[in-house]
Amino acid sequence: MADPVLSLRDLRIWYGAERGAVRAVDGVSLDLMPGETVGLVGESGCGKSTLGRGVLGLLPEGAGHAGEVSFKGRNLLDIKQRELRSMRGPELGMIFQEPMTRLNPLMRISDHFEEVLQIHEPKIGKKEARNRSMEALRGMGIPPTRYKQYPHEFSGGMRQRIMIALALVLRPAVVVADEPTTALDVLVEAQILRILADLRRNFDTALLLITHNLGIVAEACDRVAVMYAGRVVEQGPAYDVTTKPSHPYSRELLRSTISLSTTELHSIPGAPPDLVSPPPACRFHPRCPNAMAVCAQQWPPTEATSPGRRSECWLHATDRIPVGLEQPLQREALAASEEA
Amino acid sequence: MSAPVATQTLIEVRDLNVHFAINASFKARVTGRGGATVKAVDGVSFDLHEGEVLGLVGESGSGKTTLGRALLGLVRPTSGSVKLRGEELVGLPERDLRPKRRHLQMVFQDPHASLNPGMTLQTALAHPLQIHKLTSGDAETQAKVRETLELVGLFPTQRFSDSFPSDLSGGQKQRAAIARAIITGPDLVVADEPVSMLDMSVRAKILDLMIDLKERIGLTYVYVTHDLASAKFFCDRVAIMYLGRIVEIGTVDEIFNEPKHPYTQALIRAIPEPDPDKALPRDLPRGEIPDAARPPLGCSFHPRCPKAFNICGWEARDLQTMLESRWMDLGEDRYGEERPLVGDFSKLKSTEHDAFLPAGSGKDPGELLALLEKIRAEEPDEPMWTGVKEMHAEAHGVRVTFEPGIDPPLYETGGAKAACLLYKPD
Repeated sequence: MADPVLSLRDLRIWYGAERGAVRAVDGVSLDLMPGETVGLVGESGCGKSTLGRGVLGLLPEGAGHAGEVSFKGRNLLDIKQRELRSMRGPELGMIFQEPMTRLNPLMRISDHFEEVLQIHEPKIGKKEARNRSMEALRGMGIPPTRYKQYPHEFSGGMRQRIMIALALVLRPAVVVADEPTTALDVLVEAQILRILADLRRNFDTALLLITHNLGIVAEACDRVAVMYAGRVVEQGPAYDVTTKPSHPYSRELLRSTISLSTTELHSIPGAPPDLVSPPPACRFHPRCPNAMAVCAQQWPPTEATSPGRRSECWLHATDRIPVGLEQPLQREALAASEEA
Repeated sequence: MSAPVATQTLIEVRDLNVHFAINASFKARVTGRGGATVKAVDGVSFDLHEGEVLGLVGESGSGKTTLGRALLGLVRPTSGSVKLRGEELVGLPERDLRPKRRHLQMVFQDPHASLNPGMTLQTALAHPLQIHKLTSGDAETQAKVRETLELVGLFPTQRFSDSFPSDLSGGQKQRAAIARAIITGPDLVVADEPVSMLDMSVRAKILDLMIDLKERIGLTYVYVTHDLASAKFFCDRVAIMYLGRIVEIGTVDEIFNEPKHPYTQALIRAIPEPDPDKALPRDLPRGEIPDAARPPLGCSFHPRCPKAFNICGWEARDLQTMLESRWMDLGEDRYGEERPLVGDFSKLKSTEHDAFLPAGSGKDPGELLALLEKIRAEEPDEPMWTGVKEMHAEAHGVRVTFEPGIDPPLYETGGAKAACLLYKPD
């Protein structure tokens, strides 16, 4: 197997707040192989976007970090801002959620592309820059006749495709896409998902796709990492995780997704915890239907449940639970209002 | 869900129009004539029975939110009729409409923005009661507020009645917004994307609450959404909207088991399911919802429709789209060859069913005609060609004559009603 292009080891990111440190990412280890699409799913406030930005060094000032983000043998967290800046584009790309606000309204589409190419590849000729840009746009379904137009002349879906083309024109090794289809309509979303699914066949770009929609994961990802309260609680091949989730959180998240085949509504009791003072031991134990006494006292081990698959849950290490702690967790019933 | 026994018509909508003027010049504003209009709601008719849940489903820009608001008089309809239990609402002055709002309430999409951050829930919920003079005295008001908070699951009510919106989570805010809507004892609640801003794990709880309330206090809902999956679960009937029109309307079973309109069929197939064995189809409609200020001729879905045929309303713009998408697929070399033959698209002229495509500067119109004939031979499956009656070269360009299109009304199909010419009786 090839070496990972990007590898996170025990990554921690926190923000300072009046009440204490908000531990948005709390010990995440994750690998991204060349040409692979990894989905990052979870509820809002679980640290998905922070993780995505942390990988590219796009954190706000005042955010602290520890651990390792290794890319081509170097730790990105140690690299100086200036050098990191020159890596963004040719090595590391980002696709944002809101396509409407990310293009400069006063610049033609052609200028956006030519500026990017000239900054990062100063030796490129005008003709080649144009050809490369048009080729990238073509791949995203933007007609060449519209190359000289301004952003306002395009619809939302087209702007998002332009953003993707702009991220890919420099052929970066890693792209982070933060909810790239959330602001779009169903049909346009489906078009973009098709494009992202085709990416893995046509480019060698590794994609970290942040989403809250498990349908998108099943559609466009090779592997998936499920995040809860700053931790990756389960990771593995997308097919396996979406058909046979091994962590109770993944399972409950799947069950609460409303899809065309939904015949009964299901929800997870409670809400994601406050990341200033998360629950002790397993972060999910207050909401978990399978919680045992041990879950509230000792940190769950990370177990390989099948090849390429890891799950952080006591259910997969029942033989190691201390005697007397395997009985179901006793807790007070939640009021309906605490739930939402 | 089983459809309730149709009892009585609560709301009757007939030929409702909501038009907005855009870019109106001074003259157009003074005279009220000229200037472009956006037909946000364009001739919509339907009935809503008591105790029913009707879904208005469509993409952004389809007019679903405007229609929902027009039912309550929150936007003024341009013409048409909305009757609440036989009583006309369109054209009523605000003063007479206000008392009616007691019966017609709304839940908005963004719970973070629809509650006043400076009001406790007690104050926010007491307002509607005071405005409509539904209670006499503070004690009664407070009791009613507490009772309603309990109804939407915000208890202990003591704690929640004194809390501010900033103390609440997204789901709790939406519960509070629902409480404010139902406290006047309305008949109809228009819920505009009530769960789309919430997390997956919370959506089900809010929908559960709405179903529960419907049964407990006898509500009728209009559920405005872009999410077909939740509409399938929550609604009794669904109306699919596209560019201001209802293009298909029927019961949930009809719409989801046997969708008739090609647009509905595409929407249902385009939903990403969390089942990895179901991949998205490759042949999704191209393009996006068109500019509502310049809707396409004939059926407004025809430029994207995979099943379009000769009478769907082909026009000059479709010629441009066809050429552009061809050049996108062919690559740089063929684009370089073919593009110079065609002139500036901004000079593409259109009169009724006739289009004039200018030739490139210094190029022979005959060459352009030959190119179009060649494309026609190469891409016989392109639906546009079914609508082209004639092409001939003229001075400086090529004239293309299209089959006149028909703007389809809702046709009976044996199931749902669909505005599609495939179902046009002979």
